[in-house]
Amino acid sequence: METKTKQEKLKATGSTLRISGAEAVIRCLLAEDANLIYGYPGGAIMPIYDEIYKFQDQLHHVLTRHEQGATHAAQGFARTSGKVGVALATSGPGATNLVTGIADAQIDSTPMVCITGQVASHLLGSDAFQETDIIGISTPVTKWNYQITKASEIPEIMAKAFYIARSGRPGPVLIDITKDAQFEMFDFTYNKCTGIRSYQPYPELINESLEEAVRLIGEAKKPFVVWGQGVVLGQAEEEFKTFLETSGIPAAWTILGLSALPTGHPSNRGMVGMHGNYAPNLLTNECDLLIAIGMRFDDRVTGDLNTYAKQAKVIHLELDPAEVNKNVKADVTLLCDCKISLQALNDKISTKTYPEWIKRFDDLDVIEKEKVIYGDLNPTKPGLTMGESVEMINKHSNGDAVIVTDVGQHQMVACRYAKFTQSKSNVTSGGLGTMGFALPAAIGAKMGAPSREVVAIIGDGGYQMTIQELGTIFQQQVAVKIVILNNDFLGMVRQWQQLFFDKRYASTEMTNPDFVTIAKGYHIDAARVDKREDLDQAVANMMASDKPYFLEICVEKEDNVFPMIPTGASVSDIRLE
Amino acid sequence: MELKTYTISVYSENNIGLLNRISAIFLKRHINLESFSTSESEIPDVFRFVIVVNIAPDKVHKIVQQIEKQIDVIKAYYHTDEETIFQENALYKIRSSYLFEERQIQNIIKSSHATIVTVSPEFFVIEKTGFREETEKLRQELAPYGLLQFVRSGRISVTKAKMGISEILNTFKK
Repeated sequence: METKTKQEKLKATGSTLRISGAEAVIRCLLAEDANLIYGYPGGAIMPIYDEIYKFQDQLHHVLTRHEQGATHAAQGFARTSGKVGVALATSGPGATNLVTGIADAQIDSTPMVCITGQVASHLLGSDAFQETDIIGISTPVTKWNYQITKASEIPEIMAKAFYIARSGRPGPVLIDITKDAQFEMFDFTYNKCTGIRSYQPYPELINESLEEAVRLIGEAKKPFVVWGQGVVLGQAEEEFKTFLETSGIPAAWTILGLSALPTGHPSNRGMVGMHGNYAPNLLTNECDLLIAIGMRFDDRVTGDLNTYAKQAKVIHLELDPAEVNKNVKADVTLLCDCKISLQALNDKISTKTYPEWIKRFDDLDVIEKEKVIYGDLNPTKPGLTMGESVEMINKHSNGDAVIVTDVGQHQMVACRYAKFTQSKSNVTSGGLGTMGFALPAAIGAKMGAPSREVVAIIGDGGYQMTIQELGTIFQQQVAVKIVILNNDFLGMVRQWQQLFFDKRYASTEMTNPDFVTIAKGYHIDAARVDKREDLDQAVANMMASDKPYFLEICVEKEDNVFPMIPTGASVSDIRLE
Repeated sequence: MELKTYTISVYSENNIGLLNRISAIFLKRHINLESFSTSESEIPDVFRFVIVVNIAPDKVHKIVQQIEKQIDVIKAYYHTDEETIFQENALYKIRSSYLFEERQIQNIIKSSHATIVTVSPEFFVIEKTGFREETEKLRQELAPYGLLQFVRSGRISVTKAKMGISEILNTFKK
């Protein structure tokens, strides 16, 4: 295989070192600026852990309480820092425990390098103790993976791993290293990878397509932008904002696009998709030009594709060729990093306004406010709502916090109501919908953005899937704020059972433990609130703490999240109640 | 939607696991393969997969995009039968006594333009290269004589149009 490389001078030693494969792995990590890693030791990766011990002044290893936690923490780190997250695990069960996080990173385009130990190469295929075919298992959910059986392969493969994980559309890479390769001594030099001949991560913008896009934008009477995480991954927030402000086009976000544009920005018209806002969903089917930026038309965004934006011309700004015309046929594709394509558009478009079209959004917003939002945020019933809880966090964070969410009702409510002023502030499991994501992801999110307030908002169900990571938070003293919105139910499934399964609540009610006691068992300051009059102070106390803090908010048991587009229905069929 | 036969050509690096990666793309979409063959290509160190699949026309493009997305894949194409020159190869193993006792067998071999690869006291082996219909016709004609073994290769194919892999690789070198 042919790769392009850049010679990196080894700072400490000159050019060549005779070292073990295990030490080489550490030196590769340091050369890639990965000095914070998450993992869990075990037999087949012990040589690397021995080097972690020796390099502990340069490399901070965070011992999670489960390998899944290591991947989610690496994801959280990547999402707030923009760097590659790194997770380490041993062979066999250590490796298989990574799979959920890898699949999550793959579908949400998160740059991550996972390193697994493997049994010695002479034992491969012998069903040795803790042997598993992690290459085979991880193939469908990795951007790339590779098994190293010789130490001499380590520098080139590690360089490729980081290059592949972070370039183009980012994603997870898994490197499996046999134990004998970790022990083997070899002459180490490190060259950063700058290109791979079979991989072109940055397609060049085609001028004719750009001209055509400019023409469509110029002709549109009712243009509409839907943006996704591509804006964040492409570091195109400024270009995007300029595009919206110049073009005057209203815009809505997919769940992973949230926070790329401040929630209070006048062009920001809310969320599209299953639990998105009323106006952007309905008007998807009224616009005459749909400009999709760094998003992939996920089914939770589009609902029924046969009735999705059929009246509109579509311009798709996308980096991944495989996403072009995958779900929605685009009239014009700008296949390019959106930082470049947005800048190119900004150079050519003229300032415009669409007062009548914008008024359609305003009018529908009024309906949603009356029917849904007002009741969520100003409830009259005795029990607390998820909406008012999130609103209280907004009040005390001023929209400056990183909000990490899990999956379910609390996630939808948090994404609907959380206020954001900065990009890279919304960390959630979007594509895979991984319950258990938030608590470990919050650890990584805080370590990736240590100066920022990080609030994890989690349901009582998902929290218990990775609750053991409280141990990591305690040991590392990661000052995250953990908010459990506890309705003693798997709320989203219960909502579906209520709406689509005649209220047969099969296995969704939870008998929960005393969460406050559990947190205190980990020496984490903890409180519970179940009365409206106490909520303000409880959140204030949490935000005032400079240590890890746990707050359980007991909310209404059987509240539903609206608006809602039932699975397979059209975005036009959005329900407000 | 009606299914159509497509030949997918994949130019790739020769790395362990790539076969798995490509087959996983079909597995994920519940698509069965008609045939699969791999060999060196005209370019040193570049391998070529030839995959035949019956698939709806709107799906084949997406599949090829997913294949091409794999890091070790240099380029992937798809073509209809009309756009390619393709052949399959079949071997037929028959008891030797028939070759001498049944005159009809010799006629079949002659008329089908098959060749005899080997003859031993116990068995003889016939080879036939051609389209699926031709190797299949020969199989049916020989069946009454008790085929001891029959095997047919996957399709190999070259395209009528140029695929330009060398140009892609030269661009990278710059």
